Amino acid sequence: MSEFLEFEDVSKHYGPVKAVDHVSLTVKQGEFFSLLGPSGCGKTTLLRILAGFEQPDTGRVLLGGEDVTDLPPYERKVNTIFQSYALFPHLSVWDNIAFGLKVAKRPKKEIKEAVAKMLALIQMEDQAWKKPDQISGGQKQRVAIARALVNKPRVLLLDEPLAALDLKLRQRMLIELDLIHDEVGITFLYVTHDQGEAMSLSDRIAVMKLGKIEQLGTPAEIYEAPRSSFVAAFIGDTNFFDGIVAEPLEKNSVLDGFLAVAVDKDYSRLKIEDFPDLECYNDKQIKEGEHIFLSIRPEKLRISRERPDPAPHLNVIEGRVEDVIYLGSQTKYWVRTGDYRISVIRQHSRFLLDEKPIRWGERVWISWHADDGFMLEKYSEQDENLIQLPPEEVGETTEANQILARVPAPGAVAAGTPAR
Amino acid sequence: MKPSRFPLIVTWAVIAFFYIPIVILVANSFNSSRFGGSWESTSLKWYIRLMNEPSIWHALTNTLVIAGAATLISMVLGTSAAFALHRFAGSKLQKLHYSIIYTPLVLPEILMGLSMLLFFVALKVQLGLATIAVAHVTFCLSYVAMTVLARLQDFDFAIIEAAQDLGAGWWTTVWKVLLPMLAPGILAGGLLAFTLSIDDFVISFFVAGPGSTTLPIKIYSMIKYGAPPLINALSTILLTITFLCVIASQYLSNRGRQAA
Repeated sequence: MSEFLEFEDVSKHYGPVKAVDHVSLTVKQGEFFSLLGPSGCGKTTLLRILAGFEQPDTGRVLLGGEDVTDLPPYERKVNTIFQSYALFPHLSVWDNIAFGLKVAKRPKKEIKEAVAKMLALIQMEDQAWKKPDQISGGQKQRVAIARALVNKPRVLLLDEPLAALDLKLRQRMLIELDLIHDEVGITFLYVTHDQGEAMSLSDRIAVMKLGKIEQLGTPAEIYEAPRSSFVAAFIGDTNFFDGIVAEPLEKNSVLDGFLAVAVDKDYSRLKIEDFPDLECYNDKQIKEGEHIFLSIRPEKLRISRERPDPAPHLNVIEGRVEDVIYLGSQTKYWVRTGDYRISVIRQHSRFLLDEKPIRWGERVWISWHADDGFMLEKYSEQDENLIQLPPEEVGETTEANQILARVPAPGAVAAGTPAR
Repeated sequence: MKPSRFPLIVTWAVIAFFYIPIVILVANSFNSSRFGGSWESTSLKWYIRLMNEPSIWHALTNTLVIAGAATLISMVLGTSAAFALHRFAGSKLQKLHYSIIYTPLVLPEILMGLSMLLFFVALKVQLGLATIAVAHVTFCLSYVAMTVLARLQDFDFAIIEAAQDLGAGWWTTVWKVLLPMLAPGILAGGLLAFTLSIDDFVISFFVAGPGSTTLPIKIYSMIKYGAPPLINALSTILLTITFLCVIASQYLSNRGRQAA
């Protein structure tokens, strides 16, 4: 593993818009690397700069140590899978795949062998003479992959390759892409706005926002330890709390009427307006008196009718269930506590119909371990818009919550608007 | 409510209005009588007479040479124009360009013919086949440009990028991808241009010189000397060529559209 593909201080402006803003990035050989972000974050522009379709205003692109910034697209050893596949409609599947080799004037025998190998890889030997408009979307996708891979590119660029497929096909292609990557061992640079795709495929992800890299790391690093509110809310779902860091907890100190056994200086107390104090792991050595934001993933929270027994580093707060969505494998709750509306995901690991599930309007306790909250370095209020909100209509019997609907709801529930 | 029959009746009336004269003309071309009023017997005699009329063959050759040249030139120029119009759509220059390309479709032909004549005379150009062909290009290229432009509207330019991405330089991309994909559109436009050139009378009349009589001009002069049955036969042949071109042009546009 070496530093193989490098973007050095690359910028690209379109008029006043900074599409890519001084980005530096290195990708290792053989890596599956994703650029993830919402539309307009510059991920596609960065890919097009590497492909050679766009010239950067500043900076340079190095491929295997060689500066390729000024090379035209047809002289770069990279190939692209386009979002629209961009297959040649007048050529058969076979001719589409052979195109790159024919243009490179390779010997006929070599072309035949290489195309046959690719057709076998994508399992379309029997469709070789069909035209692109005679095959399905998933097959077009596979032909596009074969057409690029047959040229043995040093990097394969994938621009939202699954966006045009339906959900079922997307999941199948996801697995296929992963298998192909393992098989050919080429570096993949994958551009997507879908965090699920990026998480399941990538070795590393660069989360982009407004032309800059917001955070770079493995999928687990990015999910578990988001650096900013943007990353926390864009990848998966989360809850934000803001407060002032207070002194670390004394031994056997009392927190919210309960005994806390905290001694460690690694844990800080977070004072929140009109809210019980929270304890959180302070790995960033943030000093007392500083205003910080805390992010907690909904699935890290536990919800219960009974107050949980006190335990070291356990945060416990009380609230009322405002919304419930039953999703089969899990149920999502929105719980109101003061000004906060907290989302909680409960996985159903046991047979649900044997239990009496928590319903709208019930008073519940939410608890989590102090380690599971994560202090953010950067926070922007508008990132809260990325957080998933409960549905507008509450209390209706829908297919999604019909199991819960069998038990009469204890009292009416106010339809929720986001509290903050 | 029962759907009104009115639109259907109107449609048939319009079709009858358009085509009855043509049907009469075609039928009369097979009538052995000299006079259209009475039917003698079915015969190919006028067609045979036509075969032995060297001046008509000369005029037909002229027409086809002019139409062929005008079509080829306007296919090249029209396609280039369509590209410029599509690529830089929205710029002031291209809006002007669009009006210039569009104008010949609506401009009175007599005006175009007259201005072309004045232009050639001012330049002291010998009137002949070349001047007719050039004059035909001025309007033919508009039809090619419009047809190709329509094709470009639903053309996925990622395909051009894909070709370059796969190692094709600019010329390879044009030859291997762009032209094959646009060929149906270019051909359709070309066929349309061909039919228009073949039966253009007004413009040809202005810019024709000695020895460059085209078929429509020949027909016109034959009417003056009065040989209607021969003209019927000639018109039928002309009509057949035109219809075949239009059908081929439509087929090409449809097939191209499905493929794109």
